[in-house]
Amino acid sequence: MRLKQNIVITETGFVFDSDTGDSYSTNPVGMELLEKLRAQMEMEEITAYMTGKYDVEPLQFQRYFDDFVIMLRHFNLMEEPE
Amino acid sequence: MEKLKFERPVISRINAGIPDKFGMKTHIIPVTQIDGIPVKDILDRYGSPVYVISEKTVRSVYQEALHAFTTRYPKIQFAWSYKTNYLNAVCRIYHQEGSWAEVVSGFEYDKAIENGVPGNKIIFNGPDKSAEDLKKAIENGSLIHIDHSDELYDCIKIAKAEGKKAKVAIRVNMDTGIYPQWDRFGFNYENGEAWNAINKIMPEENLELTGLHTHIGTYIMTPSAYAVATSKLALLAVRIEKKYSHHIRYIDLGGGFASKNTLKGAYLPGTDTCPSFDDYAEAITNALNNSDIEYEHMPALFLETGRALIDDAGCILGTVLANKRLANGRRSLIIDIGVNLLFTSFWYEHNIAPAQFHQDDYEDTTIYGPLCMNIDVIRAAIMFPSLNKGDHVVISRTGAYNMTQWLQFITYRPRVVLINMKGEAEMIREQETNQTMNMLDVVPGHLKNKDE
Ligand SMILES: Cc1ncc(COP(=O)(O)O)c(C=O)c1O
Repeated sequence: MRLKQNIVITETGFVFDSDTGDSYSTNPVGMELLEKLRAQMEMEEITAYMTGKYDVEPLQFQRYFDDFVIMLRHFNLMEEPE
Repeated sequence: MEKLKFERPVISRINAGIPDKFGMKTHIIPVTQIDGIPVKDILDRYGSPVYVISEKTVRSVYQEALHAFTTRYPKIQFAWSYKTNYLNAVCRIYHQEGSWAEVVSGFEYDKAIENGVPGNKIIFNGPDKSAEDLKKAIENGSLIHIDHSDELYDCIKIAKAEGKKAKVAIRVNMDTGIYPQWDRFGFNYENGEAWNAINKIMPEENLELTGLHTHIGTYIMTPSAYAVATSKLALLAVRIEKKYSHHIRYIDLGGGFASKNTLKGAYLPGTDTCPSFDDYAEAITNALNNSDIEYEHMPALFLETGRALIDDAGCILGTVLANKRLANGRRSLIIDIGVNLLFTSFWYEHNIAPAQFHQDDYEDTTIYGPLCMNIDVIRAAIMFPSLNKGDHVVISRTGAYNMTQWLQFITYRPRVVLINMKGEAEMIREQETNQTMNMLDVVPGHLKNKDE
């Protein structure tokens, strides 16, 4: 699971896709997740990291994470699996 | 180390230069309590979903409407439109406030009698009055508003047979400048049908023409239409005075005032566009005061206001069943309130709010009911925050028509709770059960199981 490499993320949560010219906005947790996905971290690792840092149950986190990834796919921000 | 507060991750596309239709940021204020009782407590106690009615709001809106009219005209009488909400407790609140009853069927008529309304304070409207209904209404001295000439002949026949004088009015339909013009009920004004009916009634010994009635439509946003309707009924009253030296006792303008709900497709919210009771009262009473009806014989003004009186007093509380992304990425929410419980969702964009504080992650969302039917859409498109399974929602302004037009479908109809004047919750209608449903079914002998 990996974020497309051409995606630019600024510190203010502005997300830019240089392929399409589309831009997006995300919140701080979203920014963190985008960085993890860019680094090709897997779901389990991300969950462990996030639930260690934030006050959230693993199952609840995974629900939100799934929903977030659906949106990234919908916006074509993820690399398609080979 | 203490963990940081978690916020749900969100990402949305930036569409430069397209603010929402009011150019404002969406912000939904959670509705956490109804008349001081936490929403969660009501749901814990009475189950989900549940209808809630605020007695305080019922009474205060009634008083506001009454005040708008009584300050402008001396003789005002409201008659509670039973079809709008005929839960006995609700009807009795209106009757306690001084409202008569306006009914449109034998069932509603009997309900009004059982709610303690004297027969002579019941207005009997509608196209479907059986011979038995008419007989009862004539005996009780109720006000029979005749809908068509077949009914007029029935009234004459039954009143004669009973040796009684029936108190009747005619329902008049007319052009008031609004579209659509309702012409299926009553006698038409412009083509002379209404005047013809009056000329049939007046010579009849067993009929007394007590009033003139119209109901020009529902959710009427233009008070001036009522001014036109009032003037036309007043003209008929003047003609009756001239020809028969008879003074009608009342003019009944029916219902139809808009509630603050937003109609589907409306550009602005109903809260911004709905005329006030003062606006309607001004239009109607001016037309009456300026009419040529003889001053000593000014008729009483009857009103059968339904939705504008009770919509604000009712809400439905429910629970989130699931979140789902649609194939196109759109957020959707499934709640346990379906269109079977919210009949008015077919014409209103209902206000729906979370019942607890929520994250500020608004997204265009579709809200579905639980019915497993494609039509079960509570809101097709609403900017809504993300909620979790088990969270609660409140759909407000649902007091009118939902507790009468609700459909028993797939599951039981839920409880209805009244928050009384002391701020206490009291159940005013029990939930249906398997037994309620089966009570009416009859299984023929050859389909019975051996042990039945
Ligand atoms: C004869 C009559 N009176 C009163 C009403 C109440 O109307 P509303 O709820 O629009 O005020 C109705 C509703 O259809 C009606 O048919």
